[in-house]
Amino acid sequence: MKLVTAVIKPHKWEDVREALEAFGVTGMTVSEVSGYGRQKGHTEVYRGAEYDIALVPKIRIEIVVDDADAADIVGIITKTAHTGRIGDGKVWVSPVESVVRVRTGDTDAAAL
Amino acid sequence: MLDPLLVAAPPSAAGDTAWLLAAAALVLLMAPGLAFFYGGMVRSKSVLNMMMMVFGALAVVMVVWVVVGYSLAFGDDIGGGLLGDPAQFFGFKGMLEADPEASYPITLFAAFQGLFAVITVGLIAGAIADRTRFGTWLLFAGLWTVLVYAPVAHWIFGGGWMAGKLGALDFAGGTAVEINSGAAGLAAALVLGRRVGFGRDPMKPHNLTLVMVGAGLLWFGWFGFNAGSALAADNTAAIVFVNTLLAGCTGLLAWLGVERYRDGHATSFGAASGVVAGLVAITPSCGAVTPIGAMLVGVAAGAICALAVGLKYTFKYDDSLDVVGVHLVGGLVGTVVIGLLASSSVTAVDGLFYGGGTHLLGKQLVAAGVTLVFSFTMTALLVWVLEKTVGFRVDPEHEVAGVDLVIHAETAYDLHVATSGGRPHFGHG
Repeated sequence: MKLVTAVIKPHKWEDVREALEAFGVTGMTVSEVSGYGRQKGHTEVYRGAEYDIALVPKIRIEIVVDDADAADIVGIITKTAHTGRIGDGKVWVSPVESVVRVRTGDTDAAAL
Repeated sequence: MLDPLLVAAPPSAAGDTAWLLAAAALVLLMAPGLAFFYGGMVRSKSVLNMMMMVFGALAVVMVVWVVVGYSLAFGDDIGGGLLGDPAQFFGFKGMLEADPEASYPITLFAAFQGLFAVITVGLIAGAIADRTRFGTWLLFAGLWTVLVYAPVAHWIFGGGWMAGKLGALDFAGGTAVEINSGAAGLAAALVLGRRVGFGRDPMKPHNLTLVMVGAGLLWFGWFGFNAGSALAADNTAAIVFVNTLLAGCTGLLAWLGVERYRDGHATSFGAASGVVAGLVAITPSCGAVTPIGAMLVGVAAGAICALAVGLKYTFKYDDSLDVVGVHLVGGLVGTVVIGLLASSSVTAVDGLFYGGGTHLLGKQLVAAGVTLVFSFTMTALLVWVLEKTVGFRVDPEHEVAGVDLVIHAETAYDLHVATSGGRPHFGHG
């Protein structure tokens, strides 16, 4: 099993969700996060005083999937969240040792 | 030919009283308006304290005003134009009988004027936001009303030297309210010192929608402030009403123009600030200028104040919410431009631009300068004494934690359910 983690632009979240549901992903964890990459943040101006805001709002998606689906899911997210402009985000995959469904006690593939 | 602006309606005691009642209520509305305006500008950890400083000033100043403030400002002159007799109207003594010859009750006038003192003190709070002990602030509000506001109000509104001997014009409070609060704010900010992290930590406004709501309420209330100062439901009130409307509009446009040119963006905060800057400057001049003059006053104030709010970064004083940049500078602009733009079609004299020479300009400069120096000196002294005796500024540790939590045991927003909960219990046992 793999954990696919994606950090994407907030306005792309609905498109990504629809694409993942169409693929058959049944659940995911989504959080509003902030961070920055190479482009850093943005500048805000209050009564002429400039504030460099380092952190940009992003959506973070976490999905635990079968090994076989991981590459497809990364592909879907990469394609759907793409705008071509700076700050589109990142997707990464990490190994997952075990999963337990809290309600039933099912483990691993049966728990997904 | 008679100027159409001078065609007046017949006087009406009932009409005047009704208008002054409404105007006083409008000025009262400026207090919550100011609380919202300032509340939105501070960080979320001190919004309640900011609002409490304004509401607290309302309560304290009004009580002090009825006890002795009004008498000091509007009692018979006892010092060659310097102060009113404190005993004459002590506790509104002798004011409750109706005067058949007056077009409004004197108690109503006194309450209306008391609300001016409230707003003036409330404005000072903006200069020392985020770092002030609430109890000492209340003490300061009462003492400042007696020691600083009442004398200046006497000079210009109460038959004192500034209006009487000097002959300076101030329709609704460029000296007593705007320059007075601005100079006091500067003094208080300098004596108390900069906030922890000033110039290093982000201190941007936490809620600009609140700032916009506050600016809107202030603008609405300002009609009571200025047009109510005509003290009659008459032609002057109408001219002042129009001037107040126009100066707010051009103040907004001018501030946005400066921002667009300088920063590349016209901001909501700039719009709200520009309205207030225009209103500040038209306060003294609304009864002296034509509508075209009022628009020029708004443009001058909007542009100059937009530039002046940057002074605190140049000179490194921490006037938290720009009381100096908006009220001191705006008040100076409004007071001085009377000497340029006063028109005899509206008031008794012409300013420089209308062929009246520099005479009036000189008087306006003296009035503005004396108010500035008196208010700054007295306030610096008062704040210094309070800081050395009862303590005015909170501990740095408490300042960082936030004055809402430390002083009021409250926080304004409950946005994180998991971390803001806690089991309720009653009593302190």
